[in-house]
Amino acid sequence: MTRELHSFPGGLQMPTFKTLSDQEMSILHPLPERLILPLQQHIGIPSQPCVSIGDKVLKGQTIARAFGYVSVPMHASTSGKIIDIGDYPVPHPSELKAPCIVIESDGEDKLFDIRPTNEYASVDPKELQDVIRECGIIGLGGAGFPAHVKLNEGVENAVDTLIINGVECEPYITCDDRLIQEKASYVVAGTRMIRHAVQAKHCVIAVEEDMPAAYAELEKLIDDDIELVKVPTRYPAGGEKQLIQVLTGKEVPSGGLPIHAGIVMHNVATAAAVFRAVTRGEPVISRYVTVTGLVEKSRNLQVLLGTTVKDCIKACNFEADENCRVILGGPMMGMHVTNPDVPVIKTTNCILVQENIPRLPEMPCIRCGNCVDVCPVNLLPQQLYWFAKTDNTEASQRHHIFDCIECGCCSYVCPSNIPLVQYYRYGKSQIAAEERRRDGADHASARFAARNERLQKDEREKQSVKEEKRIANQKEDKQSYINAAVERSKAKRALNKKTLEDTNKDD
Amino acid sequence: MTEQFISSPHKHDGSSVSVMMFRVCLALLPGLLAYVWFFGAGILIQCMLAVGFAIAIEYLMLKMRKRPVELFLKDGSAIVTGLLFALCLSPFTNWWITLSGIAFAIIIAKHLYGGLGYNPFNPAMAGYVFVLLCFPAQMNSWPASPEVANTSPALSDYISIIFSNGDSSLDALSGATALSQMKSQLGMMNMVSEIRIEPMFGHFAGAGWEWISIGFMLGGIGLLVLRVIKWQIPLAVLISMLGISMIFNTYDSDVYASPLFHLCSGGTLLCAFFIATDPVTASTTPFGRLLYGCLIGVLAYIIRCWGAYPDGIAFAVLLANACVPVIDHYTRPKVVGEVGS
Repeated sequence: MTRELHSFPGGLQMPTFKTLSDQEMSILHPLPERLILPLQQHIGIPSQPCVSIGDKVLKGQTIARAFGYVSVPMHASTSGKIIDIGDYPVPHPSELKAPCIVIESDGEDKLFDIRPTNEYASVDPKELQDVIRECGIIGLGGAGFPAHVKLNEGVENAVDTLIINGVECEPYITCDDRLIQEKASYVVAGTRMIRHAVQAKHCVIAVEEDMPAAYAELEKLIDDDIELVKVPTRYPAGGEKQLIQVLTGKEVPSGGLPIHAGIVMHNVATAAAVFRAVTRGEPVISRYVTVTGLVEKSRNLQVLLGTTVKDCIKACNFEADENCRVILGGPMMGMHVTNPDVPVIKTTNCILVQENIPRLPEMPCIRCGNCVDVCPVNLLPQQLYWFAKTDNTEASQRHHIFDCIECGCCSYVCPSNIPLVQYYRYGKSQIAAEERRRDGADHASARFAARNERLQKDEREKQSVKEEKRIANQKEDKQSYINAAVERSKAKRALNKKTLEDTNKDD
Repeated sequence: MTEQFISSPHKHDGSSVSVMMFRVCLALLPGLLAYVWFFGAGILIQCMLAVGFAIAIEYLMLKMRKRPVELFLKDGSAIVTGLLFALCLSPFTNWWITLSGIAFAIIIAKHLYGGLGYNPFNPAMAGYVFVLLCFPAQMNSWPASPEVANTSPALSDYISIIFSNGDSSLDALSGATALSQMKSQLGMMNMVSEIRIEPMFGHFAGAGWEWISIGFMLGGIGLLVLRVIKWQIPLAVLISMLGISMIFNTYDSDVYASPLFHLCSGGTLLCAFFIATDPVTASTTPFGRLLYGCLIGVLAYIIRCWGAYPDGIAFAVLLANACVPVIDHYTRPKVVGEVGS
């Protein structure tokens, strides 16, 4: 059975540079002396440390607990001593320091007592999700969204299709390609487990056309239960919404999630991590990282989380100097890091070292529309640029700025060299700030209204009590007046009677 | 390691405004060569004058507006404006008319609106319409077609006509254009078929001129292949011009010239590939570009047939420029996943 493939609008065909790093087996990166583990490597709430400075930990031991639902625990990448819990530079665009746990390796790499879950198929899907969460599994493709949340959504809604995303569409990155080639059985078994956890009707593993070796490895292992699909090589075919469109023809509703189209998507590396977690109880403590670009020996490394980027580059016989630009991720969506001491985290798929060519001067937009032609979401990038530049948040939203996936295609083709994505990020942040302000103002005005209401109510109550009293008083007065009148008339009558009697007596 | 944070993406396809403009200039070559072949090198002088004035005025304006001079001169937009403006003029046009037209184009139509990227009206067309309205008498003498005049004007003739005022040799060398001849003869109640047999008409339009038009079309196709321009606008201009002229030609072929005549006369092909496709002043949505192109084709035809001017291209382009904000507003494509209409 072959699946009919669809296409998404726009996109780019560009040199992939994948052969630099996809030819050789990955190698294990040597155990570093020190590992820096940020408490937040995922989207959601940072985890909370459950160890203190000086504690001895073993490899795989939980060192920070999940805090809240959209959060995952964190584990020690190796055995050693906790030497610090404090702020260190982390991979983040604002280059702020963030709370990290630092482990000094004891060199023994001694494994914590971990428990496998046997026979996943007989386990309740909910329980499987707990296992996945306890092992700290998040979307390892780059987004870093806690995996169990997506799985749970799947259980609560009817899942039609589970898609395992092996479409590594950004140039240079080959970590998923190598992972599939070397650990295809993990990926396939993990896929079956995720499928069980979400109870999906259909299941697809998708790879790119230019990954023939990975495709062949997977083909050996799958049965009729899983569809294996090759999708055309076009950036950004591996984007969540784009891949769904290619495989099913469905459009994820604007502002919605894939589950609203009956789909759950996970990365191949996530699937492999699920396999390790379920069959061996192994948490996410290492990952495949592509180190490529200017480095002398481009290759994939299996890196313990917390290893510094500098170490990884060094392992490829290269020293990054001021003429280099180090990028975490691919050239299209990756993040530029100015400090090479940031650690590799769960979502670090690639370390790309580029020549630091100064950005060409930004020219005015000439409205050529090249960006319109390549936008995979059908936005009008040149209009959004204009709105973002003039802080016209209302028009930005009307033109769907939040549907922008920041793939960078528009900037890539812009003849005026405008950093469009940067403008959209700014535009989005302006809208978010405005909403917060408005929420704050709404809150204040609600409080003010409530206070007025309360005061008025008090006033009304006071008034009504007064009124009642007054009426009651009035009533009392009337009654007494009547009574007095009655008394008087009685008295008069009695007097009259008496006089009459007296008169009669006189007669 | 670099100090300053740089936003993604970290790759670029290497395109630039200068390269786009350079390609536009190159694409004008086939038409320009045909022009020289049929009517002599006068047009080259006109082009050089216009481009020279354009660069000089652009330089002055950039200086006055305190903009990076070198960066914006290198974008090549002033050169393209100069070339397109010169190609709209008769090669006999006096130098001071060229100068005033270019001055209007670059100073008023371009820089007073904010310079490159901010001008709502096509500068070359605005400049052309300015001189057309200000100096109507001087704008009417075009080189006579080689079939009519025995010789094509020599370079010396051109130089003396361009740089002097009222050279006597002008009358001998000039004639009407196909469109103006057609218009005036139709006004005298002649039939299209009678007019077309005059020697100044060639196979399907003005003798000589038709090949220049074809030359521009070839260059334009080159731009399409290189993706400097998008297909929607040229197609829409040509289809709408063909469509409307076909309707009227079918209705009464004695009064309305053939579609091919309209297509290859005046500025239709130059406009379809080089003028209407000016990205700054055209619609930017895919469907909007079709509407914009159709509007130009239809307006130009209306002005040609029922307006006061033999060719309506410049006016049509400016009118369509004015409609662009509205067109863009109503033709926003549906975003992927957008719910409802």
